Amino acid sequence: MAHGFLKLLKSVVLGLAALASTAQAGESIVLASTTSTEQSGLFNFILPIFEKDSGIAVKVVALGTGQALDVGRRGDADVLLVHDRAAEDKFVAEGYGVDRRDVMYNDFVLVGPAADAAGVKGAKDAVDAFGRIARKGASWVSRGDRSGTHAAELRFWQSAGVEPKGQGWYKEAGAGMGPTLNMAAGMGAYTLADRGTWASFKNRQDLAILCAGDPKLYNPYGVMLVNPARHPHVKRAAGERFINWITSAEGRRAISAYRIGNEQLFYPLPVAR
Amino acid sequence: MSGLGAAFSDAFALLAGFDHQVAEIVTLSLEVSGLAVLLGTLIGLPLGACLGVGRFPGRQLLVVMLNGCMGLPSVVVGVVVYLALSRSGPLGYLGLLYSPTAMVIAQTVLVVPLMAAIARQVVEDAWREYEEELTAMGFRWAGRVRVLLYDCRHSLLVALLAGLGRAMSEVGAVMIVGGNIDRSTRTMTTAIALETSKGDLPLAVALGMVLLAVILLLNGVAYALRQWAMRRYA
Repeated sequence: MAHGFLKLLKSVVLGLAALASTAQAGESIVLASTTSTEQSGLFNFILPIFEKDSGIAVKVVALGTGQALDVGRRGDADVLLVHDRAAEDKFVAEGYGVDRRDVMYNDFVLVGPAADAAGVKGAKDAVDAFGRIARKGASWVSRGDRSGTHAAELRFWQSAGVEPKGQGWYKEAGAGMGPTLNMAAGMGAYTLADRGTWASFKNRQDLAILCAGDPKLYNPYGVMLVNPARHPHVKRAAGERFINWITSAEGRRAISAYRIGNEQLFYPLPVAR
Repeated sequence: MSGLGAAFSDAFALLAGFDHQVAEIVTLSLEVSGLAVLLGTLIGLPLGACLGVGRFPGRQLLVVMLNGCMGLPSVVVGVVVYLALSRSGPLGYLGLLYSPTAMVIAQTVLVVPLMAAIARQVVEDAWREYEEELTAMGFRWAGRVRVLLYDCRHSLLVALLAGLGRAMSEVGAVMIVGGNIDRSTRTMTTAIALETSKGDLPLAVALGMVLLAVILLLNGVAYALRQWAMRRYA
């Protein structure tokens, strides 16, 4: 009996050691990023190129931008790649992040049911489209999760002079882009999506892009290092190597080369503007 | 219906093609949940047995609390373990967050109350039956626990299976403390959640079927082992 107990204990210790060793093979950094970059398949495409080049494994934790910044604040990631410029600048100003750089951009798209009760199809002005949806009281699913897309959506409501919170047609999912699109598809509702997630999303049902191309739908991504002065365990050298690579000519080439079908999903930003 | 049909053919293709990535994910799920159940066995079964045999003030309250903890939401366990393991938390210096070890810890917290509660019931029932004999034989408290745990080992298998089922099927805790990192902390359930959010519902269901197949296989093996052991030692 006691013997069996010891044998069990031994196997647990050995098992944990084995797990720990597989986890620590080679150098790695934790990159807290957004669901859009992970689920669109961009990281699966560009990270192997970086890993081969540098020998550094990049472990991506995909969250909403607000959550990713929180993870950075607690020091649980080395590098952040997110898309909410206002929140990013605040993060850096508060001393949580350093070396913020522009990486790439794409655009948001307003999607909704093909029947389009609010008549926003082909609208040139996104703010006008938001206003029409509110006036019609057409169902809207909001991310409601403090993500970059959620922040952008709230800016559009504000520009349109609409206070959507608490309205019957306005539903906050509190979920990632994919689950929110699943909900919108199921309810025949409108929502704002980033083009990356939309392009790779498979359960569209009746949903289609109704409004896109307005310059206000610009969606820029930034990268930054979690401040090593605040969190000394941050892997500064490896993290900076990644930031240098993704903003280099080579990294930009890799970003441009990623496509779904024939559609390019992310456009690299010039380093100095 | 077409969705479900696609799910079946996807599941079949995943199983028949022995998809390398799927195999990796299944292996990690088994390792993490297996270790959590082993730890649960070491902690939960003796704990449950002590509660089943012991008679002390406050015992009933403990039993109720333990039974209640069977319904502990995995997300809550995930958040608590996350806060403990975060670099800004009390155990942050270990650097365990977003590692398989963190997932083992979270799942252990999740299965210990469940396994202990089942063990408590099993051992308490046996204790009622053998109380006189064991007392007459002069067994003290620790001895009773040991003897009863050993005698009930076949019935306690159900605690292991319940723990394994709970660990392998939960998604809230491993998602938060593991981070669902590709080729590092992605398990069956977090992969299913990911495919669902990508809108690839057939693939999500297919992965679910693979998970179910693995759990069924484990239960089948456990059942066969039990039959074999009972024939041999009964």
